[in-house]
Amino acid sequence: MEVERRTLREKQVAARDLLRGDLEGEDLERYVEERVLTTTFEKMIDVARANSIFPLTFGLACCAIEGIPMAAVTSRYDIARFGAEAGRASPRQADLMVLSGRVSVKMAPIIRRLYDQMLEPKWVMAMGACSSSGGMFANYAVLQGADKFLPVDIYVPGCPPRPEAVLYGFVKLQHQIIGNADQGWRQRYDAYGTEEWARGGPRSEPSPEAARAYEEARELSLA
Amino acid sequence: MPDAPGLELIRGEIDRDCPGAVLATSFDRGQAALIVDPERVLEALRWLKDEPGQRYDFLSSLHAADYLPAEPRFGVHYELINRDRVERVRVKAMLADPGEELPEIDSCVELFPTAEAQERETYDFFGIVFRGHPNLTRILMPDDYVGWPQRRDFPVGGEPVTFTYSEQRFD
Amino acid sequence: MTDAAVSTELGLGEDRTKEVMTVNVGPHHPATHGVLRLVVDLEGEIVRELRPVIGYVHTGIEKSCEDKSYWKVIPFVERMDYVSYFFQMEAYCGAVERLIDLEIPPRAKYLRTLFLELNRIHSHLVWLGTTALDLGAISMLWYCFRERDKILDLFEMATGQRMHTRYFQVGGVIEDIPLGFEAKCRAFAEEMPVRVGQYQDLLDRNEVFLSRTKGTGIVSRERLLELGVTGPLLRAAGEPWDLRKVFDYLAYPEVEFKIPVGTVGDNYDRYRVRVAEMVESARIVEQCLDALPEGPFIADDRKYVLPPRSELSTSMESLIHHFKLVTEGYRVAPGEVYYSIEGPRGELGCFVLADGSAKPARVHFRDPSFVNLQAFREMALGSYVADMIASLGMLDPILGGVDR
Repeated sequence: MEVERRTLREKQVAARDLLRGDLEGEDLERYVEERVLTTTFEKMIDVARANSIFPLTFGLACCAIEGIPMAAVTSRYDIARFGAEAGRASPRQADLMVLSGRVSVKMAPIIRRLYDQMLEPKWVMAMGACSSSGGMFANYAVLQGADKFLPVDIYVPGCPPRPEAVLYGFVKLQHQIIGNADQGWRQRYDAYGTEEWARGGPRSEPSPEAARAYEEARELSLA
Repeated sequence: MPDAPGLELIRGEIDRDCPGAVLATSFDRGQAALIVDPERVLEALRWLKDEPGQRYDFLSSLHAADYLPAEPRFGVHYELINRDRVERVRVKAMLADPGEELPEIDSCVELFPTAEAQERETYDFFGIVFRGHPNLTRILMPDDYVGWPQRRDFPVGGEPVTFTYSEQRFD
Repeated sequence: MTDAAVSTELGLGEDRTKEVMTVNVGPHHPATHGVLRLVVDLEGEIVRELRPVIGYVHTGIEKSCEDKSYWKVIPFVERMDYVSYFFQMEAYCGAVERLIDLEIPPRAKYLRTLFLELNRIHSHLVWLGTTALDLGAISMLWYCFRERDKILDLFEMATGQRMHTRYFQVGGVIEDIPLGFEAKCRAFAEEMPVRVGQYQDLLDRNEVFLSRTKGTGIVSRERLLELGVTGPLLRAAGEPWDLRKVFDYLAYPEVEFKIPVGTVGDNYDRYRVRVAEMVESARIVEQCLDALPEGPFIADDRKYVLPPRSELSTSMESLIHHFKLVTEGYRVAPGEVYYSIEGPRGELGCFVLADGSAKPARVHFRDPSFVNLQAFREMALGSYVADMIASLGMLDPILGGVDR
């Protein structure tokens, strides 16, 4: 579809004519075409959701000081520019749970209960190395990764990740919500087939070779 | 802290008042320690706290250490401070592992109320029972946890890292 | 109408307003600083009994430390009390230096003191921001974190990381401060008292703040001493006990600073003591910059300290030392040491037991928040829930240190 660009003066004249009720026929149709955007209802809702996420004010440990409850909210790394400064303490009113810190064995059932209390749609960001995969603490007291009991949408590595990294992860999450998770790079680099087989999620069937190789690798490491 | 002769003076005086409570003294790397008999630890602590010349009335820390494979296995440490003369002294009580049951020692909560949470923590991590403690339950681990994590023969835990299918490829 | 009359009017039988209700101020709560769980027995709004339940961020750091060589323990212990990370590094490195009897050079002493005091200001800023937020003075969070970001810029300039910098090593510090650091730090130290003055203008004589903090959460000085409480809580109650003045360590004997001491011991005194400490710490930072001596920033003993990288390509001996230190680490003769310093919350002590191998046999931290939490019950009993929250803020617990 070609778009004919008109000068500002022409557009102003057309606007004046509309207000006077003088635009007719083809001019009127063209005027409307220039100003109306059609989309689907779902997409619009997704865009609205992405740009007004309410994070759950939930900090576990060190990452909380650098992450969503604290540094990312304050003036230098403002998260309000992404529409997410309204942190809600109650899980019933929150959309995004940021697991900022190490998940200890005693805390895990509570986090699971908080997650269950959140209403759909909800997202989880595993911030920092400890909630992504246990971090440096490979011992009896820390769960090796929050994805052992929660579905995690985005992982932000770092110990602790800089607030800019958290915001980058946040923006990536926004892209996921809008439906454009990989932003076209799989197509650009012809990288279909490299998706890791994760738990659930769309297009997540592993190929038989991948599944077999995974099982063998697991056996090797547990032997 | 009291230097080596000062420590021996303290030992001499405490031997005079509570004979047999102190088993040995140790002055290592500038820190003075009295090794006491675990059955008489309350007596020694009370003497150190109340005796007019000593007055070590601030318990800075109560913790334990597992000296495996040396026997006796557990050492309960009391770090005491005299705030007027600014001196530190350590009291160590060595407990042996009775095998099936848990080692026991008297609780010093009446002398030093600060010991309440610290004794619970020692119980939680080593399984050392403090007789007379008002509420000896686990404090940091979940209530139904089995095992004494800080003992030397308790494994560190964690799990092996599993890689995905690429591990086979780059073997 | 009296409460009893209301109860009978509504046909409730006995006086229901005297019923005691147990409420769980759970681990997830906007006002608990971290994952602290309080089981509170409330009679109306008055707190009758309070039981803190902790352990929700227990990380087993002390156990993990037994598995690592002495050098590798440093990043682990940093992450205990995650707001005052330099203090944990200093407690551990100081303990190990006493175990191996290693003397650190004077420049390292001053650098360590400088960073410790910057970290103290950082910790107090985080405390002030979050506590004022809890009490309703919401904009204080943004002002305090603006200053905090400046301190973190200084840390990043010197060490490369904002938090958990791994800067102190056994024997000194890992790297010297870069060019431009001194000017930036001096500018910050000059600006800090001005900013603190602005915070005081906001809060000191604010009627709401005063009515929430004056006269609440009082525990007597003797009771605090019995409970083992140290730090600004004890100083607010009138006891001038500060380990920096009492046990001379690092460069504290050579710098001049005052210790703010309160009178009554209520929440307002605690607030004033910490705010005054921020100003004193800025003074110490300036004095350290003025008196920073030239010289090496880490000890020379290659048995325990990594050689500089520039030597690795020329000297075979350095290469061997480096290899040995990085793979196995150094062995420490059997012995035990308890070393304590004054952290922003109180006495932070580190106990290291060495058994002759390259890994410590026991590393235990006497964390100030863990011991101070025992005083919380006495602060909150008999007062309203709102006063309990104010006391919790002024108590300044950091649950990473409490749970380790």
